[in-house]
Amino acid sequence: MVTRPRIALFIPCFVDQLLPQVAQAMVRVLERVGCQVEFPAAQTCCGQPAFSTGHWAEARPLALRFAEIFAGPEARQSYDAVVCPSGSCTTMVRNFFPALAHGDAALAQAIAPLHGRVFEFSEYLVRQLNVRDVGASFPYRVTFHDGCHALRELGLYDEPRELLRAVRGLELVEMEETTECCGFGGAFSMQMSDISAALGQRKAANVERAGVDFVTSCDPSCLMQIGGTLARQPGRVRAIHLAEILAAGLDAGLDAGPQDSGAERSAQPSARTTGDAGGARAGLRGPRDAPPAKRAAKPGARAEKRP
Amino acid sequence: MSSTLHSFEQAATRAAHDRPQQETVRTSLGTYNRALNAGRERFASWSEARHRARAVKADAVAHLGEYLEQFEAGITSRGGHVFWAETAADARDYILDLARRRGVRSVIKSKSMVSEEVHLGAALEGAGLEAVESDLGEFIVQLRNEPPYHIVTPAMHLRRAQIAALFQQKLGTPAGADSAEDLTMAARHYMRARFASAGMGITGANFLIADAGMVAITENEGNARLTASLPRVHVVLTGIEKILPRLTDLALFWPLLSTAGTGQAITCYSSLIGGPRQPGEADGPEEFHVVLLDNGRTRVLADQERRDTLQCIRCGACLNVCPVFHTIGGHAYGTTYSGPIGAVLTPLLRGEKEFGHLSFASSLCGACTEICPVEIDLHHHLIENRRDSALQHVRPLPERIGMRAFRWLMSDAARYARLAQLARHLLRFKNAWVPEGSPLDLLRPWTASRDLPEPPRESFREWWQRTRQERGGHA
Repeated sequence: MVTRPRIALFIPCFVDQLLPQVAQAMVRVLERVGCQVEFPAAQTCCGQPAFSTGHWAEARPLALRFAEIFAGPEARQSYDAVVCPSGSCTTMVRNFFPALAHGDAALAQAIAPLHGRVFEFSEYLVRQLNVRDVGASFPYRVTFHDGCHALRELGLYDEPRELLRAVRGLELVEMEETTECCGFGGAFSMQMSDISAALGQRKAANVERAGVDFVTSCDPSCLMQIGGTLARQPGRVRAIHLAEILAAGLDAGLDAGPQDSGAERSAQPSARTTGDAGGARAGLRGPRDAPPAKRAAKPGARAEKRP
Repeated sequence: MSSTLHSFEQAATRAAHDRPQQETVRTSLGTYNRALNAGRERFASWSEARHRARAVKADAVAHLGEYLEQFEAGITSRGGHVFWAETAADARDYILDLARRRGVRSVIKSKSMVSEEVHLGAALEGAGLEAVESDLGEFIVQLRNEPPYHIVTPAMHLRRAQIAALFQQKLGTPAGADSAEDLTMAARHYMRARFASAGMGITGANFLIADAGMVAITENEGNARLTASLPRVHVVLTGIEKILPRLTDLALFWPLLSTAGTGQAITCYSSLIGGPRQPGEADGPEEFHVVLLDNGRTRVLADQERRDTLQCIRCGACLNVCPVFHTIGGHAYGTTYSGPIGAVLTPLLRGEKEFGHLSFASSLCGACTEICPVEIDLHHHLIENRRDSALQHVRPLPERIGMRAFRWLMSDAARYARLAQLARHLLRFKNAWVPEGSPLDLLRPWTASRDLPEPPRESFREWWQRTRQERGGHA
């Protein structure tokens, strides 16, 4: 029997606190393709906000902490891979931790075992598991926004698109300037908010012009920026994370399951385990005048009842 | 708050809301992008060309002193003069003194960002010299009494109608003479007289060729070679980092520069100049001077991490692809070099205290690094600059305290979980009672233009904890 990949979930702090449906959807998809997932509860934040604003002294202990949680001796025995629903946070760990560790031998030693173990969600599915069709169904027109870190730091372009093309009923529409920055940029979005907002509005206009129902991405932070901007506009396009699309329709799709999964799937995940976290009714936030059928469910209203 | 930061914030905010200006720039860059894409296709491998260009420039920078001395020897062997200017003032003084000694009353200039860097125009004017820019774009911004908007295309922010109105006012061109040809001819007519009367021509340099001891100049209008050959004295004012080891390197660098700069296969005029007029030559200046400017560059050279910024060939590609440049334009930076290269280089050359904020005016998208034809690691250098700003304590106090608090918060999972839950409650309370984007809203920089996700009642970790037992049964 093929062993199931054991995954440690790396859930960015703002996803944990503001967008739990994204992480829940990722759990659902990973289980669906046969992974065994665990959430190391000691995790907090990878430290990117401190790193990218230049406060490396504040970022280093958080990097060290992260490395101990996800690649300490115990973690190395317990997990085969660390998977994250954010290209940006994956970039922090993979590309920026080494910069932080330059000249810091203890940190360099601690982060070394992270090498080759941390993956962005779409990257993990396509490159590591060789999965494209997870069995999802999402009958909408969708455009994909390339987050800068996923695109330029991790080199991901085809992976999310291959996953989207395999979704039943989904029509993938490329918008103009898809690789241009949405303007989020972390602290930049607050510190230089006028510039950030102008970039967000340009991105939102490109999304609108694509004539789609949804804009998706591997990066929930970009989606907060784009979705938050779209919500102030008269259009009805909504932002939704790739994981939420891939989790959509999995309940009904048990018969038409994944076709090319490289992972073992002896144990079908139960729909109950993830509630309705990933359905088409999820979404980062919809415009205020969206029609009921497409209206984003308020995340707060979606909390499942205890069984 | 430093005055440079204050004026940057004001100018950037104003520009961020100036949609017509952004459209003008975008239109111009749309043409550039199409040409650039076609231009890159002409290379057997654009990425290999970039690798090789970086290797050549990295070698040039690593052995800067030797190559510059080799260059100097070539120039002096033909009777030219080389002046090593440590500061902007040294460069200005040398040129002003030379002009005085030669009795120069008017100067014709061709495009040189280094002349902007040392504020040469103002110095010449101050010394009572007439100085006319002969590059059409530079000429236009000179008439407007403003600095170049972009290092390659100085007047890219202007529409033709604005230029026609300007020429009508300043040069007395007739109303209705507003075609590109009309305007060019009006400028040419004005300039030709100045070319004829100028006692000194000042050009920049695109490359300094070490083994040949020559200056390479790239242009599209022919004004630079006229500037270099008509007046009795020719002065080349340039930065020390423009060095290339070999004449044969131009086979790569000329097409690389023109492709990255304008999308052209090669520019209309490519000149090599090695000194004053030699015996038997039909034209050329009687006197030839090269002013090599340091002005902080050797400080950058000593910086192992960021010395690759000296590889820059000033093609402007990083500006052209930069979403921040698209939004705020070239003038808001308040510096000679704008866009990503300016945001990296200016704090290094002129200090984090006055210019560190430029490194923060970026979403760190990396489009600049992706396009740079000499592979300067631009957007990572922005983060390194930010680190230096933090180390030098030039960041605002709330940010410094905030980051300490952030570290404290994130150093303990239980603490983080508790306080984040409290923050969600507070955020929901705020959403219920404080209108988004109102002055009472502490998140106003975000909410003034964007919604925030409604905070959920249950975080992911709370959900995981609650459903864990059930999940365990499936694992």
